[in-house]
Amino acid sequence: MRKTIDSIIETIIFICGILSIVFVVMIFGFLLKEGFAFFKEFGVISFITGKLWYPTSDPAKFGILSLIIGSLLVTAGACVIAVPIGIMSALYISEIAPSGVKDVLKSCVELMAAVPSVVIGFVGMVTFVPLVRAVFDIPTGLTAFSGSVMLAFMAMPTIVTISEDAIRSVPWSYKEGALALGATKWQAIRRIVLKAAMPGIIAAIMLGIGRVVGETMAVMMITGNAAHIPHSIFEPVRTMTATIAAEMGETVRGGMHYRSLFAIGLVLFVITFIVNFIADLFLGKSKK
Amino acid sequence: MATKIEIKKFNLWYTDFHALKDISINIEEKRITAMIGPSGCGKSTLLRSINRINDTIEGVRVSGEINIGGTNIYDDKTDVDFLRRNVGMVFQRPNPFPISIYENVAFGLKVNRIASKKGVIDETVEESLKSVLLWDDIKNKLKKSALELTLEQQQRLCIARVIAVKPEIILLDEPCSSLDPVATQRIEELMMQLKEKYTIVIVTHNMHQAARVSHDTAFMLLGKLIEFDVTEKIFTNPAQKETHDYVSGRFG
Ligand SMILES: Nc1ncnc2c1ncn2[C@@H]1O[C@H](COP(=O)(O)OP(=O)(O)OP(=O)(O)O)[C@@H](O)[C@H]1O
Ligand SMILES: [Mg+2]
Repeated sequence: MRKTIDSIIETIIFICGILSIVFVVMIFGFLLKEGFAFFKEFGVISFITGKLWYPTSDPAKFGILSLIIGSLLVTAGACVIAVPIGIMSALYISEIAPSGVKDVLKSCVELMAAVPSVVIGFVGMVTFVPLVRAVFDIPTGLTAFSGSVMLAFMAMPTIVTISEDAIRSVPWSYKEGALALGATKWQAIRRIVLKAAMPGIIAAIMLGIGRVVGETMAVMMITGNAAHIPHSIFEPVRTMTATIAAEMGETVRGGMHYRSLFAIGLVLFVITFIVNFIADLFLGKSKK
Repeated sequence: MATKIEIKKFNLWYTDFHALKDISINIEEKRITAMIGPSGCGKSTLLRSINRINDTIEGVRVSGEINIGGTNIYDDKTDVDFLRRNVGMVFQRPNPFPISIYENVAFGLKVNRIASKKGVIDETVEESLKSVLLWDDIKNKLKKSALELTLEQQQRLCIARVIAVKPEIILLDEPCSSLDPVATQRIEELMMQLKEKYTIVIVTHNMHQAARVSHDTAFMLLGKLIEFDVTEKIFTNPAQKETHDYVSGRFG
């Protein structure tokens, strides 16, 4: 009897495990099928390097260069903001903060990770966007910059938690050795602790970027959604994710427009796959 | 003979635990002084008080004096970073930094701004590695990670790293306890050479090691200094009964 229950449970677990793999393969297969159907008619090169995105005009134009640049600009902006602040926070939490403050800060960071992106988008829209407009005196506050700042908030928890882990797992003996040679606390941190923790910190940054690239709701709400190539970070942009989310409802199933959105999905998939792959590479390195 | 380190009525507490009780010792210049005693008696704590690396542990309080070169290192005016450069330390487990061999030795020169010209640093690195007899083995792989060296080589590197900043005093906390007997013997030979130029204080669990390498020996028990004298006297004709019991192997 107990044996049968055991084997039933084992089977169930096995099926669940297999299912998750099957789903991933199916999603990827679906993306490939629709994406390639699109590429066959339109061509990969003209898709990626095309400057104009007029999916519904006649003849339709499916150039996603502006969307790629939109995504890259918003992501790069978010990194410029989130990486230094994230690493400094991680350093503060692991090396400087007294233990009481440390616990409070850690809970805050975890709480920040739990805020849904649509909430961040909404709060950003009503508070930060008008501020950007007023401060920089530009026609609209819905810009790549606003998106970057909001996304930085979303990448920060990942960057802080994982970097903090990496910094904390640097053996105390390294720091002690550095101090014993006459290094100041800051020299020991900068020259030894940060260097030893670097693989983990890079992994943290990559995972943070992964989160930002794939983010949809917040960027759709605050980047302005203009599919043109921006000249500065203070112009509206449109990202790949926002395009898919905004247009999927209006397309005809099986049509070119519909398929072009899957092709964008494929491009996004490739980008996030590469970023995650790099992160894994460094995480593996830091575990050693 | 000149006194290099004068420890006067020194006490140390870890929060409420009284780890060192009224220690007074005069450590002589350019000699090897050994500290022996059973586990937990405070040898490491005393050694780590001499370069104030204990300051990094939360809850440590001290009273009394440790004078080096005529000034009390626990004085408020002491420049702790300079003190630690002048009083080098080698730890129980070799702890080379996870950077290249070259950078390990150059580290102290750079952080203390002793040298910044590449030529000068190169020279000091070579000189330091030669004085720990490591140069010939590794001169072709200076750019390799220090973690690739054997344990003995790592410990030599840690000594070279200390020598590079030209300290007057070198503290060694059981430097051979993670090494095999052959490596231990070679590190001991190295210490004998180094005492020509440096004042050396070594903590050891190994009484034979203390007897072999040191001129003076301090015997500690439960945070107190029981006896301090020339090594030969401690091992053959100690004044205190506890010392006698310990060196004749009756406990510890
Ligand atoms: N960071 C610390 N916090 C509290 N107590 C400590 C700390 N470090 C050491 N002690 C205590 O102080 C006493 C002396 O420790 P110390 O490490 O100096 O002994 P030791 O003679 O070096 O021993 P061993 O031979 O095992 O290295 C021990 O009882 C130890 O438990
Ligand atoms: Mg010890």
